[in-house]
Amino acid sequence: MRVEISSEKISGDFAKKVKEISREDILLCYQCGMCSAGCPIAFAMDLLPNQIIQLVQLGLEEDIAKSKTIWLCASCITCSVRCPRGLDLCKVMEALRLISLRKNIDYIRPAEISRDALAKLPQIVLVSSFRKHTA
Amino acid sequence: MKTRAKNFEDSAIASMAALGINLNEIPRWNCCGAVYSLADDDLIHQLAPVRDLIRVKEQEQGKVVVLCSLCFNTLKRANLLMRNDAEKRKTLNIFMDEEIDYNGEVEVVHLLEVLRDDIGWKTISDRLKVPLKNLKLAPYYGCTLLRPQEVAIDQVERPTILRQLLQALGAEPIDFPFAAKCCGSFQVIGNREVALESAWNILSSAVRWQAEALVLSCPLCDFNLAGKQEEIKQKYREFKGIPTLYFTQLLALAFGLDSKVCRFELNYQDPRPLLESKGLL
Repeated sequence: MRVEISSEKISGDFAKKVKEISREDILLCYQCGMCSAGCPIAFAMDLLPNQIIQLVQLGLEEDIAKSKTIWLCASCITCSVRCPRGLDLCKVMEALRLISLRKNIDYIRPAEISRDALAKLPQIVLVSSFRKHTA
Repeated sequence: MKTRAKNFEDSAIASMAALGINLNEIPRWNCCGAVYSLADDDLIHQLAPVRDLIRVKEQEQGKVVVLCSLCFNTLKRANLLMRNDAEKRKTLNIFMDEEIDYNGEVEVVHLLEVLRDDIGWKTISDRLKVPLKNLKLAPYYGCTLLRPQEVAIDQVERPTILRQLLQALGAEPIDFPFAAKCCGSFQVIGNREVALESAWNILSSAVRWQAEALVLSCPLCDFNLAGKQEEIKQKYREFKGIPTLYFTQLLALAFGLDSKVCRFELNYQDPRPLLESKGLL
C-alpha cells in the first residue's frame, strides 16, 4: 500500500479528535503487532488493528474510513489487555466509530431488519448492536 | 434474562435457594445498555448502569449479584467510574437530580464469584446429589467475565473458575483453546458472516477437544454459539451440533432439584438427549 504522509495531516485535527474521545495516547504504539496477532476477528479485516493505529498516528482519516475494520471490532478487549505499551485499542476503535456515527452515518439500519429476524433476535443483541453501530 | 434466558434465571434462583441464599431482584431495574461506553466524552450512556446501582444502594444492600456476563461487565465498569473519577461522578450526580448521590458504594459481583468466594467449592461438592459423572464439558468464558483486567473475575489469560465449578459438580472439564475468544457478539446483526465464523471457530475447537457440551454464563454468547448452529450447519456440513448449558442449569441438576427448574426446553440446542444418555435425567 502506498501511503502519502504530510506534517499537516499528522498534526491535524483528526488525531487530536481521536485522542479527545478515547483519552488514549496514540503515540504509545510502536507497531509490535501483538494486537493483530491476538485479534479474533483479524481474519475478516482488510486492515489489521496495528495498521489502523498507524493510520491514526499519520492522520490518514480517509484510509480508515475506507476500511471495514473499525466496524468489525466487537470490543472484546483482547488487544487492550495484551498491548505491551498499555494502549487501550478498544477505546481508539470506539472513538473512530463515533467520529463517523456523530456525522449521523449509521453503520446498520434498524429499519431494514426484517420482522421475522426481529422476532428471533434477543434484546441483548439488538441493544448492543444499536449501541455500537447506530448514531 | 426475563424473556430469552429464563432457563438461566430460573435455574440460578432455584440452585441458590438450595444453597440457602435467596436472590432478591432489584426493584425498578432498567436495561444496563448491554455494552459499556468506551468514549471519554460519552456520559449519557453511563446513566443506565449507574441508575441500577442506585436502586441497589436504596435497598441498603452492599452487594449486587449479576448473572449475565455482559450486564456484569457494564455494571462493574460503571461502578469503577463512579468510584474513581471525581469529575465524572459529580457531573452524573448533578444530572440525575432526583436520585440520591452515588459514589460507587455498592460492590458488583458475578454469581460465579459468589459460588467460589462466599460459598466455596467444598460446600458445593458436599451438597451434590447427582454427580455429573462422565460428562465432558467445555467451560466457555467469552470476553466480559475476564476483560478488562480491572473487572476480571479470574486470571485474564488463564481462567479456571468454571473448571473448578465443574470439578466440584463431578463433571469432566475440557479446557480448549477458544474458551475466552469472542463469540462474535452483536456482530450477528451488522456482520453476520463474521459472527457465524467466530462461533464456528469456538464450536469446532470444542468438538475437536471432545467436549460434549459447552458451559457458559452469557445470553448473548448462547445466542451466537447455540442459537446460530442451524445456520452454521448449512455452511459446515460436517458439523453435527453441540448443546450449550448455563452453569446454573448444571448446578440445579447436580443438586438433584426438579429438572423443571432447568427449563431445558428453552435451550437452543436440546441438551436432554445427552443428559439422558449419561443417566442424569
